[in-house]
Amino acid sequence: MNVIQRLGRTTIERVEGIGAASILLGRALFARPSLGGVSLFIQQMYRVGVLSLLIIIVSGLFIGLVLGLQGYTILVNYGSESALGTMVALVLVRELGPVVTALLFAGRAGSALTAEIGLMKATEQLASMEMIGVDPIRRVIAPRLWAGMISLPLLALIFSSVGILGGKFVGVDWLGVYDGSFWGNMQNNVQFLNDIVNGVIKSIVFGVVCTWIAVYQGYACVPTSEGISTATTRTVVYSSLCVLALDFVLTAVMFGGL
Amino acid sequence: MKTRTTELAVGVFVIVAAVALFFLAMRVSGLSQSTSANTYTITASFDNISGLTSRAKVTMSGVSIGRVTKISLDPVRLNAVVEMQINSDVDEISTDSAASILTAGLLGEKYIGIVPGADETYLKNGDEITLTQSSLVLEDLIGKFLFNKATEPTPAATTAEAAPTAASATDAGF
Repeated sequence: MNVIQRLGRTTIERVEGIGAASILLGRALFARPSLGGVSLFIQQMYRVGVLSLLIIIVSGLFIGLVLGLQGYTILVNYGSESALGTMVALVLVRELGPVVTALLFAGRAGSALTAEIGLMKATEQLASMEMIGVDPIRRVIAPRLWAGMISLPLLALIFSSVGILGGKFVGVDWLGVYDGSFWGNMQNNVQFLNDIVNGVIKSIVFGVVCTWIAVYQGYACVPTSEGISTATTRTVVYSSLCVLALDFVLTAVMFGGL
Repeated sequence: MKTRTTELAVGVFVIVAAVALFFLAMRVSGLSQSTSANTYTITASFDNISGLTSRAKVTMSGVSIGRVTKISLDPVRLNAVVEMQINSDVDEISTDSAASILTAGLLGEKYIGIVPGADETYLKNGDEITLTQSSLVLEDLIGKFLFNKATEPTPAATTAEAAPTAASATDAGF
């Protein structure tokens, strides 16, 4: 009986959590911009986007290098190493760009957002804001949510570009794939609307999901040091799982002919 | 001062991302190819273009000199009309040049190869190449091969001709 009780309680709590998170998202997205909202937003763009640039560029470069190397060693068996550019570009623009950026973003920026908001809650800054008549959702949550949603697609674009340049470096400059066929086949096979725009749409969705989870976990955490650490872990775990699962769904809709 | 450097950094971030989008659009997906200015258009009609796609390359002596821009069906002659943009620095293609659809590698992409002719007059914008050779269709080739094999007199065929006499002999035996 005890097990069934606990199961029911957990289920109810989870459903409650989803409801609370949805209400938070709606309130933050449709909140009237607060006074000085733009400068708050820019400050969060700096913290969420600009400070993530380094890890994004370095990871993108190395993933591009590895793709170039692996792709070459596989394709050269079939004498079709001229398709290397197509492979690297499609893999990065369609899949790895949005997905890996979102995973890195959840680890780099999402966890920081959760910890920050959780600490604000634990030190009762959120409560005191409400006390003096400032809506913490407008003042704290909304700028962070918008900054995350906008900076993730930008980071993914940079990631893909740097990755393609890395693949070009290994394939063309190091392993000797002909420059013209590398770019030419890429241009023949990568379509702007089908591949690049769909990749951007993917990363916008991931941006919403990752920041939403991060912000909600911080906002709803148990205001103790242990609660904050649990919430931070949950942010990374939930974000990664949601990104990977959503990626499958989005890929099926966009490229799977559904 | 602090907010100014923040704003500057965010501005740089957004500009870098815009450059990345521009790079992906132009260099990776080749959007700029459709609007390149220094080209002229020629057409060629083929009986069969199976596998040729628009934006396939047009080559001469193996060097890429242009791109296929449009493929359509001529409603009267019922054959495929391929429109291609040739770089304007390649302006001395004779009117009796031949265009054929070739395959890169065994299973690679299709492209158009132009073999120059000897005529002194050159193709201009809007002209048509009349000498064309269609795409090689593997099924047709296999079909032809099998047909040739079936009609040519092989040793197997001669023994088959001899067989009925032997069979009739055994028939007579029974």
